[in-house]
Amino acid sequence: MIRWILAFVLALIFANFTQSLTGYEYVNSILIYAGINALLATSLNLVSGFTGQFSMGHAGFMSVGGYSAAWLALNLSSHFPALTTDPVGSQAIFLICILFGGLQAALAGYIVGLPSLRLKGDYLAIVTLGFGEIIRVIILNTQAVGGPRGLAGIPSWTTLPWVYGILVASLFYMWRLLQGSRGRAFMAVREDEIAAASVGVFTTSAKVRAFITGAFFAGVSGSLFAHSLSYLNPQTFDFNRSFEAIIMVVLGGMGSLSGSVLAAFLLTGLRELLRLLKDQGITELDYRMVVYSIALLVLMLTRPKGLFGRLEIKDLIPKLFGGKAT
Amino acid sequence: MVEFIQHIINGLSLGSIYALIALGYTMVFGVLQLINFAHGDIYMMGAFVGLFSSRWLGLAAHPSLGSLLIAIVCAMTVCALTGYLIERLAYRPLRKSPRINLLITAVGVSLFLEFSGQLWLGADPKFFPEIFKFDGGLLKWGDIVLNPLTLTVLIISLSLMALLHILVTRTRLGRAMRAVSFSHDHAALMGIPTDRIISATFMLGSALAGAAGVMVGLIYPKIEPLMGVLPGLKAFVAAVLGGIGNLTGAVLGAMILGMSEEFLVGYGSSAYRDALAFAILILTLLIKPTGLLGHGKVEKV
Repeated sequence: MIRWILAFVLALIFANFTQSLTGYEYVNSILIYAGINALLATSLNLVSGFTGQFSMGHAGFMSVGGYSAAWLALNLSSHFPALTTDPVGSQAIFLICILFGGLQAALAGYIVGLPSLRLKGDYLAIVTLGFGEIIRVIILNTQAVGGPRGLAGIPSWTTLPWVYGILVASLFYMWRLLQGSRGRAFMAVREDEIAAASVGVFTTSAKVRAFITGAFFAGVSGSLFAHSLSYLNPQTFDFNRSFEAIIMVVLGGMGSLSGSVLAAFLLTGLRELLRLLKDQGITELDYRMVVYSIALLVLMLTRPKGLFGRLEIKDLIPKLFGGKAT
Repeated sequence: MVEFIQHIINGLSLGSIYALIALGYTMVFGVLQLINFAHGDIYMMGAFVGLFSSRWLGLAAHPSLGSLLIAIVCAMTVCALTGYLIERLAYRPLRKSPRINLLITAVGVSLFLEFSGQLWLGADPKFFPEIFKFDGGLLKWGDIVLNPLTLTVLIISLSLMALLHILVTRTRLGRAMRAVSFSHDHAALMGIPTDRIISATFMLGSALAGAAGVMVGLIYPKIEPLMGVLPGLKAFVAAVLGGIGNLTGAVLGAMILGMSEEFLVGYGSSAYRDALAFAILILTLLIKPTGLLGHGKVEKV
């Protein structure tokens, strides 16, 4: 617990410090993006890595969260313009918007999860992919959030301290959840559903619970994303984003929270590197998705458990955390 | 009424394309219990091979049934080879690993084909040359006006399906395929080279998808590297609807899907056209997960 509070404070100090540096706006924007990706990847890991339910539509929940938060923020700022320009008031509203986005995504997770989690493996993957697409088509045809034109003018409230504060708090929540009986139930379902059921785990409710929690944090990451980009359109959250989250989880290790965070940072860095190559005129092509897919194939053929497997960073560097490796 | 019949024929034609792709899904699923995500991209490759072969062989200069068949044969050959390579390099090394790894690999192969295609060929749509022309213009039968292209596509796909049916039910290879899909171990004990049969299944399925790619190129002459994603998913839905692993079921499911899409576009709204397939999939899996013609399996410890 103390370590987590320490981590929270350190993250805030670090974020505030980095933010106050001038001339590093580009680095800051990458760090914000990496933090958002880390949150998205860990939320997917909860579903895919810890509960063993391979979901391919995670971007759908991110989009529900992002659109809901942005919609609420835009409506509130048009009704109470005084409150949103006030520095303290806007921060409070931002928190409300983030929670609203997360809750809406959790609701979507419940609606999607309850029917589809009766399926397993490949079927579940395709159905979640289908739901992700359906969410995108619905948003595309909803005029209240701009339809195909997209939603512009979202207040850009997301700052580094917000992202890293929320990231550490969410990681803490997920970590504690996984230590408790509910999280153990997730892992029992992953290992063997029939065995889990026979020792009294309600497998369906465990799966749906994991799905809702994962959707909630994906929604939170979507809210942060919406308020950092200040423009959303339905293409922002297409299948490629779901796939990005999947490769982060697989690279980090299915069943390792710290692995997902590390992989999110690595891949966000790689993405920027490839973008730099393109901007410098070294190459004119966008290699990102090709590199991702080759990385995924090589990973599956040579080291299918990813960087960390199911271990956490504290298992790999036990000295730093004063404990024994498990 | 006339319009209704025309919708039915268009639906059947669209359905027969889905059926060719769905057959590949269902055959691969039969022998490997794997959803080959890359299948839709093989269909995309088929369209591009058709484009390049007609460019290099000058097929567009003599638009005829022969040119179309040459393009189809080229596409089927190249796609069969690609299918073999994918199976050999990506899936065979993982035969013993957990299902989820195989699934992730399949997704990886699919994305690799899509985006390397985008890299080489460019993301902008290419125009498919007119390699088939019917001189008599539109076929008229009473008030019903038929596009000869639609009819040709329907006939070619139905003949390919008939060939496949004969192959699976009447030949040694077909018998071996059915044995492998029953049980790998038992088939191996009976002296069937399972790995080779699995490769052959991949090649057959990929060849059918390649043929479908060329014919789609003829009907909708705009082709691009990401064109395989949606038809691939829809064909998968068709395979599930008919009962995955069942060849007749795949054709039946594809026809139902093609017709319901045609009717939705004809009489309803086209905005939700792409969501329809997923809605059908979700309903099927919830109401009758084994599909229309599939057999149930009880899961044991």
